[in-house]
Amino acid sequence: MEHLGYLFVAYSIIFAAIFLYVAFIWRRQSFLERELDALRKRLDALNDLKAGEEAPSDRSS
Amino acid sequence: MNRRLYGALGLSALTAMLVALYMVFVWVPTEADQGIVQRIFYFHVPCAWVAFASFGLVAIAGIFYLWMGTQIWDDLGYAAVEIGMLFCTLVLITGSLWAKPIWGTWWTWDSRLTTTFVLWLMYGGYLMLRTIADDTEQIARFAAVIGIVAALDVPVVIVSVRLWRTIHPAVLVTRQGGHGLEDPRMVVTLLVSLAAFTLLFAWLLLLRFSELRMRTRLATLARDIALARFRAGAA
Repeated sequence: MEHLGYLFVAYSIIFAAIFLYVAFIWRRQSFLERELDALRKRLDALNDLKAGEEAPSDRSS
Repeated sequence: MNRRLYGALGLSALTAMLVALYMVFVWVPTEADQGIVQRIFYFHVPCAWVAFASFGLVAIAGIFYLWMGTQIWDDLGYAAVEIGMLFCTLVLITGSLWAKPIWGTWWTWDSRLTTTFVLWLMYGGYLMLRTIADDTEQIARFAAVIGIVAALDVPVVIVSVRLWRTIHPAVLVTRQGGHGLEDPRMVVTLLVSLAAFTLLFAWLLLLRFSELRMRTRLATLARDIALARFRAGAA
């Protein structure tokens, strides 16, 4: 069982690095999803506003 | 559909990884000369394989980006380079941890180690460029060129143990031909580990790539909103 420490450290580093990378991706993905939803809502609100402004002038013409 | 694919790929990668771990720590016999520390090899080589596959993909994506100019190729190249750098770093670290008890040193300027380090530096430059500079088309083109040029080092790393005098073992194909693994169980364990890392690579690539695609959609949506506001203001 000589050099068991090296083996343990090597495998620990591999799994820690993969885990941290996956956590990093997931964190960014959930942040982007929230951002995308917020932007979609803002775009819908702007489109509604535009449609509301155009509706009275359509009726008057 | 995408979430199902992520789930299936992630689960397959996890299962294959657990099987590989069982084989590495329980099933495969201990190598006679190096002892237990040789078991680093079963994850060291797959890390190198994923790094090389990633960098190959970066080069292919770079060629298509320069040819077609579509954002999807740039996103694919960016996603692949991150994964390549992660696994190339792991190759250097695990190699160093293996070298210390066997060669008596953490690092030596051997041809295989040096060419791998040069590869790591070049793609490190790519990542630095993407991190520091703004996301413009010009930067994406520069990055594509770096990605293609740096990938030329991958075959050099692979054949370095045959071209120059080296202390790094030629495991898969030795100078005498054949492979350097004495027991068939060692070959099977290596193959299972390679399969597990390939699945992991596909899963990570899909996750990161879809995140970058979402970022691109976000930028497009933000531009649309700015345009809609401008039009509303102009009206």
